[in-house]
Amino acid sequence: MRLEVGITGKTFKSAAGETHEVLAPIRFALQSGEVGVLIGPSGCGKSTMLRIILGLDRDYQGHVARPPEARVGMVFQEPRLLPWRSVEQNVRLAAPDVSDAKLAELFRILELEAHRSHFPGELSLGLARRVALARAFAVEPDILVLDEPLASLDDALAGRLRDEIATLVASRPVTTLLVTHSLDDAVRLGDRLFFLSPRPARILAEVPIGIPREARGDAAIAAIKAGLARRAPDEQGGERAGRDVS
Amino acid sequence: MLRLVSFALFLVVWWTAALLVGGAKLPSPPAVLDVMIAEAASGALFLHLGATLARVALAFVLAMSLGSAIGYLMGRVKLADRLGDPWLILLLNLPALVVIVLAYIWAGLTEAAAIAAIAINKLPTAVVTLREGTRALDRSLDEMASVFAMPRWRAFRHVVLPQLAPYVAASARSGLSLVWKIVLVAELLGRPNGVGFEIGVAFQLFDTPRLLAYSLTFAAVVLVIETALVQPFEAHASRWRPRAA
Ligand SMILES: Nc1ncnc2c1ncn2[C@@H]1O[C@H](COP(=O)(O)OP(=O)(O)OP(=O)(O)O)[C@@H](O)[C@H]1O
Ligand SMILES: [Mg+2]
Repeated sequence: MRLEVGITGKTFKSAAGETHEVLAPIRFALQSGEVGVLIGPSGCGKSTMLRIILGLDRDYQGHVARPPEARVGMVFQEPRLLPWRSVEQNVRLAAPDVSDAKLAELFRILELEAHRSHFPGELSLGLARRVALARAFAVEPDILVLDEPLASLDDALAGRLRDEIATLVASRPVTTLLVTHSLDDAVRLGDRLFFLSPRPARILAEVPIGIPREARGDAAIAAIKAGLARRAPDEQGGERAGRDVS
Repeated sequence: MLRLVSFALFLVVWWTAALLVGGAKLPSPPAVLDVMIAEAASGALFLHLGATLARVALAFVLAMSLGSAIGYLMGRVKLADRLGDPWLILLLNLPALVVIVLAYIWAGLTEAAAIAAIAINKLPTAVVTLREGTRALDRSLDEMASVFAMPRWRAFRHVVLPQLAPYVAASARSGLSLVWKIVLVAELLGRPNGVGFEIGVAFQLFDTPRLLAYSLTFAAVVLVIETALVQPFEAHASRWRPRAA
């Protein structure tokens, strides 16, 4: 499913009545099955852009073309689980057609088997994030939107989940938009990276990654990262904190 | 256990007071119990209690369902809120007695008038509570439901209703106690049966044991319904909340 984003501007009115420009003109398109990665400093407007793309915020200038029949899976920046439903019910409510086998597999991969019947209030933030991932995967989305899905997970688990996202994206065409602060995640998962400016966000640089995802070894990834750092250190918005620093 | 102690204490205080004041003004517990047994044996107690409970149930269900629906609408739709608000304030401040008397004058001394009058008294508080609850709904969960394309009914049942449940429970509880009080007045003024009617008769005859027999039986029934129905519902509605220490 092709996703076409042509936002020409987005402003917020503060309680005091002033207007804040959050998004400058932003234009890009993702082909079916392509993984786009948005990288930008905190507060630059990434989540705002995702909300517009998903149709949750209609108060903006420009247009977004998203096939209306596309099934959408979303991992919000906060888990947004229903506190009064168990983990399993949370997933099933969003994905009523999911098979038992598929659900069991997802829970196994995300190490949630022991938590099926727990309520979200009984989960750590990391666990809740994994439930949110399970929910997004369970709907077998055509369009997958991930807002910093791997934050607050330990390196090992984050690495495994990243591989899971890669597997999912490889298994069938899922047009994916990923927001991350980790250059490592971006380079391992993305087909195209969009580096955003501080607020109001605009695209500073669009970097396609030529090597197919399956063929990217550790050496290739290190080389791409080094190349990015050489090209323009400030393109990453100065926000390079995250696991990739280590 | 503590409840039993508390109840025993009540009996002791009552009995002592009865001995001090004298049987005509305040009969002792056994005297009242005698009347209760006699009324129960003749079937009158159950007849009147049943009539009152039926009125409570009908008026309560009517007011809760209508009030919840209106409150939800007013919480969601600004126009509805603007239109409904003056009426709400009027109804909230209208004394129960006025509503009951007007209902009997306009609709006659009928069952429908009584039930409508009781329901109208309860309606505005249900509206206000549910409007509050609807305004407090978590928008981010609505967004989640809309992104995952949950059908309207499923979203309402699993996303909205659980958030409203504590408000429904609160409104049911306060509403029930309001209805308990008003139903007796409505019966006193214009019904030929029910606990309120019997209390009116006892009052005219200054028959204190009879008055107490009906009042206390009624109070006991209220207590049982509150603990057996309302409290479990409240607990069920909020079972997902982490327990307070
Ligand atoms: N509802 C709102 N009303 C007013 N301002 C808002 C609103 N939502 C977001 N903003 C502002 O818009 C800007 C962008 O917010 P957004 O959440 O999109 O940032 P972000 O890029 O996702 O940041 P982060 O990486 O920290 O998640 C911020 O400056 C924020 O203060
Ligand atoms: Mg954000």
